[in-house]
Amino acid sequence: MFARPTRLLVALGALLVLAVPAFAQTTLTLTCRCVAGGVNDAEVQWIQKFVIPNFEQQMSTQGTPVKVTLNQFGGSDEALKQQYALDLSVHKGYDVMAFDGFWIPEFASGGLLKPLETVGGSAVTNWDGWSHISQGIQDIMSYDGNRYGIANGTDVRMIFYRKDIFQKAGIANADSWQPHSWQDIIDTAQKIKAAIPNSYPLQIDAGTNMGEATTLQGYYMLILGTGERPFMNGKWVVKSQGILDTLNFYKQIYNDYQLGDQRVQLVKDGRNQSFANFRDGITSMLVESDWFYRSVTKPGSEFAVANRDQVMGWAKMPAEKPGMGIRGQDFVTASGGTGWVLNPNTAHPQLAWDLLAFMNGKPARDAFETYQPTISARDDVPVPNNDFLTTTAKTLLPLTVSRPNNDNYAKVSEQIQRMTENVVSGQMTPQQAMDAYAAAVTQIVGAANTADLMTSSSN
Amino acid sequence: MPERRTILPLRTGLLFLAPAAVFIVAFIILPFFWVAVVSFTNRSLTGPGALHPHFIGLQNYARLFQPGTFLQPGQFGSSLLITGQFVLFSALIGQAVLGLFLAWFFYRREGWVKQTVQTLAIGAWIIPDVVVAFAWSAFLDYDRGTLNHILQAFHLGKVDWLLGVPLLSIILFNTWRGTAFSMLLFSSALGSIPPSHLETAEVNGANAWQKLKDIVLPLIRTHIVTDLILITLWTFNTFTPFLLTGGGPAFKTEVVSILTFRIAFKYFDFGSGSAIGMIMMLINLAFALVYLSLLRRQQGASR
Repeated sequence: MFARPTRLLVALGALLVLAVPAFAQTTLTLTCRCVAGGVNDAEVQWIQKFVIPNFEQQMSTQGTPVKVTLNQFGGSDEALKQQYALDLSVHKGYDVMAFDGFWIPEFASGGLLKPLETVGGSAVTNWDGWSHISQGIQDIMSYDGNRYGIANGTDVRMIFYRKDIFQKAGIANADSWQPHSWQDIIDTAQKIKAAIPNSYPLQIDAGTNMGEATTLQGYYMLILGTGERPFMNGKWVVKSQGILDTLNFYKQIYNDYQLGDQRVQLVKDGRNQSFANFRDGITSMLVESDWFYRSVTKPGSEFAVANRDQVMGWAKMPAEKPGMGIRGQDFVTASGGTGWVLNPNTAHPQLAWDLLAFMNGKPARDAFETYQPTISARDDVPVPNNDFLTTTAKTLLPLTVSRPNNDNYAKVSEQIQRMTENVVSGQMTPQQAMDAYAAAVTQIVGAANTADLMTSSSN
Repeated sequence: MPERRTILPLRTGLLFLAPAAVFIVAFIILPFFWVAVVSFTNRSLTGPGALHPHFIGLQNYARLFQPGTFLQPGQFGSSLLITGQFVLFSALIGQAVLGLFLAWFFYRREGWVKQTVQTLAIGAWIIPDVVVAFAWSAFLDYDRGTLNHILQAFHLGKVDWLLGVPLLSIILFNTWRGTAFSMLLFSSALGSIPPSHLETAEVNGANAWQKLKDIVLPLIRTHIVTDLILITLWTFNTFTPFLLTGGGPAFKTEVVSILTFRIAFKYFDFGSGSAIGMIMMLINLAFALVYLSLLRRQQGASR
């Protein structure tokens, strides 16, 4: 009777003895919104095939063997942000985390992230990579003069359109279409709608379900075309002609002329539906970032556009009227950027920094370009020989605008999303939606930090 | 009042209560006071309010009840109105009436119809929320949903359930989901009615409606009150509609529990979220007090 448990104990003991060396090895954890075969697949391939084996090799040659594991997060950006905030607030989380640059102010001012130098020490200050990353791009992951992470690169936004559908609808210059005003866009969309009545030719993001895509791909691309920004001269603009024009444009698209599919902006999984509609040719103009080209419509992915290089074109987003855009521009675009941050609660700050530095070193960034060509942050990693990226980067980067590095930005952005939803759903007129926005933003930032351009212009 | 005779001496009784009391204090009473304190601060999960929260008095409450915005979509007042409609139509009218109807319909009947309907109703009640929500999303989908396919087969056209009539959709959903509880409760209540009452009524020529109105309802009054209060409380606090609609479109299905979630865990504004939580607790307390006093009155009457 006693033989069995004893034998079991011996076996367990042996297992423990064998297992201890394996557990004794230091483990570093990484996470990103990336899933093998799903969203940001290239990121997973790069990490698993290049970063992990090469970094582990490098560390074991240095005599400090580590094991790196990747946690693939398949939810939305908003869900990932929520996860980070909750993890960090209880001093937990992954050692190195993929991070959207515009989250930094909120997290840094809330004490959830610490400056890189505070976490990683002098190794951070002395990193040779900094000299290859421009100040502007370092700023994407900085707040209040401190660096909190390393940016991978930046992006730009434009109108993607379907040349094949344009031809079918008899649009002139389908191969080199370029609108010069909002009215041009509406005219083109109306022609397509008339030729293909059950299509929704134009989709510009709106509504709360699309999160930051609404603010940056949708609202920013329009408001910049009126010559305004949400945050100007240190104040949040709560009422202005630009806001009204933008909301009226949304109303024309989704309510007056039904040029865009209102449902896509309101349902829970609308962003993916907008991708599917573009793939299927139901939508023939979609305002998106270059990520849409690099990752979403890439051959082999879920939303791959068949015959992409022949049928998919891009155009610059025009201002409301020529010359009316921000800084007097005829065309506008907006940029964000993503990167990686160090968890201040990591048990191995030095090793975690080593990993972060390795991921942003030249060999790793060069390797990344082979998985997914992108506008790299490092000046010694050339924009790859890719027509789309070289042209868009050259044409659009000089025109671009980025979001304010302000810890109230994320909250105001949510109000922008609400404001567009109120109009697109038909619940409010543009005037009512702007009034509600003004009230909500004033509550968030305080009346002293807001500007009402409607009254000041009539004074 | 007659002298109480207890099985255990007071001290032993308290000892038995202690483990439960510890849990209640740790997980209910302390968090309650914590939420109460937070509701008077600007505490948040991110931003400056996370590092240096400070007292702001009644500002969180004042903002909830600001007359100018109170009833706007996505604000507290509008959310309360939506919750009110949701409770009234899905719990009080949907679940209770349908549950009573089913219980009465199958009362003193046997057979496979009863077995099947009861099994299905209980199935709808015990399946996990997420599974049910997934099934209903597939059922209600505009383009590919089962329900619209059925409607089209009968040439009735398509209904945009989750966007066009979102509140109706979650009311139907919650009725379907929760009817089993009322049905079971009323079935057992009906089982306690002495059959002779109804047999006598039948001999005297009473029809079904008269039997229900004059015999059954008065006899199961206590159960009805219990049922109404319980399902009101549950429905008032339920979060499941979130899995179907996320509170949208345009906040049309944002019941108070979803509003609290959005403010506290999407906008990370713990102060305002706690203020809403406090008001919800007060409303729940009011429900519970009404319930307890009704129960006491009935016990008094039946003694």
